[in-house]
Amino acid sequence: MKVKLIKNGQIVFPDRDEPVEGDIYIEDDRIERIELKGEGKAGKKAGKAGGSGRESAKDEVIDASGLLVFPGFIDVHVHLREPGREDCETIASGTEAAAAGGFTAVACMPNTTPPIDNQESVMFVKQRAHGCKARVYPIGAISKGRKGKELAEIGEMVRTGAVAITDDGSPVNDAGMMRRAMEYAGMFGIPVISHAEDISLSGRGVMNEGYESTRLGMPGIPPFSEEICISRDITLCKYIGTPLHIAHVSTEGSVDLIRRAKAQGVNVTAEATPHHFTLTDVEIGKEFNTNLKMNPPLRTQRDVDAVIEGLADGTIDIIASDHAPHAPEEKEVEFDQAPNGIIGLETMVSLAGTFLVKTGKLSWNDLARKLSANPSRIMRLPGGDLLAGGVADITILNPKSTWTVRVDKFRSISRNSPYDGWKLNGRVKYTIVGGEVTFAD
Amino acid sequence: MTFKRRHLLGLEDVTADEIMTVLETTTVFKEVLERPIKKVAPLRGLTVANIFFEPSTRTRVSFELAEKRLSADTMSFAAATSSVKKGETLKDTVRNLEAMKIDMVVIRHQSSGVPYFLTRFCSSSVINAGDGQHEHPTQGLLDIYSIWEKYGSLDGLRVVLMGDAKHSRVIRSNVWGLTKLGASVAVCGPPTLLPVGLENTGVEVYTDIDKALDGADVVNVMRIQLERQEAGLLPSLREYTSLFGITKERLKRLNKNYTIMHPGPINRGIELADEIADSSHSVILEQVTNGVAVRMAVLFLLAGGDRSQTDEG
Repeated sequence: MKVKLIKNGQIVFPDRDEPVEGDIYIEDDRIERIELKGEGKAGKKAGKAGGSGRESAKDEVIDASGLLVFPGFIDVHVHLREPGREDCETIASGTEAAAAGGFTAVACMPNTTPPIDNQESVMFVKQRAHGCKARVYPIGAISKGRKGKELAEIGEMVRTGAVAITDDGSPVNDAGMMRRAMEYAGMFGIPVISHAEDISLSGRGVMNEGYESTRLGMPGIPPFSEEICISRDITLCKYIGTPLHIAHVSTEGSVDLIRRAKAQGVNVTAEATPHHFTLTDVEIGKEFNTNLKMNPPLRTQRDVDAVIEGLADGTIDIIASDHAPHAPEEKEVEFDQAPNGIIGLETMVSLAGTFLVKTGKLSWNDLARKLSANPSRIMRLPGGDLLAGGVADITILNPKSTWTVRVDKFRSISRNSPYDGWKLNGRVKYTIVGGEVTFAD
Repeated sequence: MTFKRRHLLGLEDVTADEIMTVLETTTVFKEVLERPIKKVAPLRGLTVANIFFEPSTRTRVSFELAEKRLSADTMSFAAATSSVKKGETLKDTVRNLEAMKIDMVVIRHQSSGVPYFLTRFCSSSVINAGDGQHEHPTQGLLDIYSIWEKYGSLDGLRVVLMGDAKHSRVIRSNVWGLTKLGASVAVCGPPTLLPVGLENTGVEVYTDIDKALDGADVVNVMRIQLERQEAGLLPSLREYTSLFGITKERLKRLNKNYTIMHPGPINRGIELADEIADSSHSVILEQVTNGVAVRMAVLFLLAGGDRSQTDEG
C-alpha cells in the first residue's frame, strides 16, 4: 500500500524535545509537506509550500491519532547471514523482520561466508536486497577474509555502496593493522567500526568474568578486554581523525572512556544493544540458556546502569540490535559450545520503549535520535529525519500498546531470543519505506 | 527427612537440611558396605545410565558400584570427545539413550551447566558427576561426610581448600556445602588460579599458605595440573610446590587433631608430600570408601527414598 497522508499523528522530530501533532503528506517516495497543528503548514524546511490539496483515496490515509510518528528507524548492526547461512536468515527474511520491528533500513555486517570483503560481495548484497522490505546498506570487511592481515579493497567496496568497514565478530588484533585501516578509510570519509576486544584477555571466555562466572565455573571475558581495545582505538582515532564507531558497548569503563574521548573532541561515536541495557550475567546461571550467550557478554547491573546513563547523556549515540541469527541445533547445545549472539530486530524498539522511555531515562524524541537521526548521520545514510523533500521512511508506533513476545511469531527465520514471553510496552503499527507500507500491525 | 528433589545438579542450590539428610542416609549405607553381602534392593527394577563425556575412573566406578549395590540395572556410556564434533548433538545423544527407557542419568561432561541443560529435555532424574569447572556435588558430599564422620559436626571447624580454585569444580562444591553447614572455609592458591569474586562466596581467600593453615582443622588438597604451567598460569610446578605444597613443616600450624584430604588422583611430592598422604591424619582412602556410600545415599534419595527397602539383604 502506498501512503499519501499520515494525519493527526504525534510527530517525533529528532531535533525537538517533545512530539508535536501534525499531518505528513507524501508524494511518491518523498515527503511532500508536513503541517503541524498550531504552527500552520510546513512546520519546517518546507520544500513546496501550499501543496496540491487534492483528496487522497481512503486506503492511502493513515489516521495516526494517539500514535507516534518517527523518522524511519535504522539499525546499523545486523547480521543477515546471506551468503552462507541462509538456513538462519536471508536478506529477504531479515528485512521482513526489520520491517516488523519498525526498521526502514539496516546496515549489515560482513562476517558472512564468504565474507563481504570485495566489491562483488557488496554488489551481491545490494542485488539481493532489491525489492526487499527495508533498505540494506552493506558494511565491508576491514581485512581480506576478515583475517586481520591485509586490507580489503575498501575503495572499491565504498564505490559499490559499502557504508562503513569492520571485521565485526572478531576484533582487529593488530594495532598496526587498525592504524592502516583508519588511515586508508580516511580518504573515503567512512567510519571504521570497532569490535573492541583484546583476544589475549578474553581467550576462551564464554561470559562476563566476575562473581557469576566464578560461581558457574565458566571461563570469563573481563571488562578490560573490551576497554583496552577501545582505549587503543580511541588513541589511534585521536591521531588519525577517521571517524571511529565503537560497536556494542557493554561496560561501565567503556562508557567512561568514550565519554572522556568525546569531551576531548575525538571523532568517536558508539552504539549499545538492548541486551546490554536489559539483561545481566546473573540470568545465565538460572538455566544456562544459550540465548544469553553473546559477545560482548552480558555484564553486571553496574554496567547496565552505565550503558543507560551513557545513552541518556549522549555518550552512546545509537541503539543497534546486533541481530545475530543462529539455527536451533547450533544454540541447543552445551553453553560453551554455543555460538555467540541473539536476534533483536523484532524486539529492539519495544525493549527501548519499556526499559528506557517508560522508566523515564530517555524521551521518545531521544529515541528518534538514537534510532533514526544518529544512525543516519554517523553512517551517512538517507533518512533520519522528517523533512519536506526528504525520503518518506517513517515508523509509526503505538506507545500505549503492550504485547507479549512470542518467538514463534517472528518474521526472522531464527528464534534465538532470550525475550520469549516478555511483556513489552510500545508496539510498531506501521513501517513505511519510500511511501510504501512494509509492515502494518 | 528433607529431600524432595528429583535431580542433584550442585550443592549451591541444596539446603543444609538436605545435606544433613544425605549424610545421615550415608551412614546407613556405609553399614551395608560392611556386611558380608553388600547389596540391598531399593533400586531394583530401575535403570541408571552413566554417561561420561570426560575420562574418569574413580567417579565412574564409584557410581557403578553404588548403583549395583542398590540393585539397579546399570549401563555406562563413555564418549571420548564431545559428540558435537562427531555430528550428533549432546541433546540427541542423551535423548537416544533415554529412549531405551532409563530412570536416572549420571552425567560427567567437560562443559559447565550440562546437567542443567539435560533437565530441560530429560524426563529422568539427573545426577551431576562433574560438569566443567562448575560443580561436582557427590565429591563435595563425600568430602563433607568424611569430615562430619570424624568430627561429628562441621560447625566452627576451619577447613582450608588448597589449590586451583579457578578450574576446580570440587572446590566449588566444597565451598557451598561446607559454608552451609557452618564451617569456616579458607581457599588458598596463587592469584592466577583464584577466580574473580571468590570472596563473595563466603570464604576467606589467601595467597600465603602459612596464614591459611594457621589454626585449621582440615586441609583438602586439590590436584595441580601440569596444563596450568603450560597455560602460563604458573611459572613451574616446582615453584608451586615450594609456595603451596603441603609439607611436614607446614603441618605444624594446624590444630592437633588435624585431617588431610585429597579427592585424588594425588601428584605425590607436588601438592602433597608423600609421607603425609599415608599418615594417620590422612583420610584419603576413607574418602574413596565414603564415596560409594554417599552415592548410594544420593541415588536412593533421588529415587524416592523408601527406607524399609534398605534392610533387605
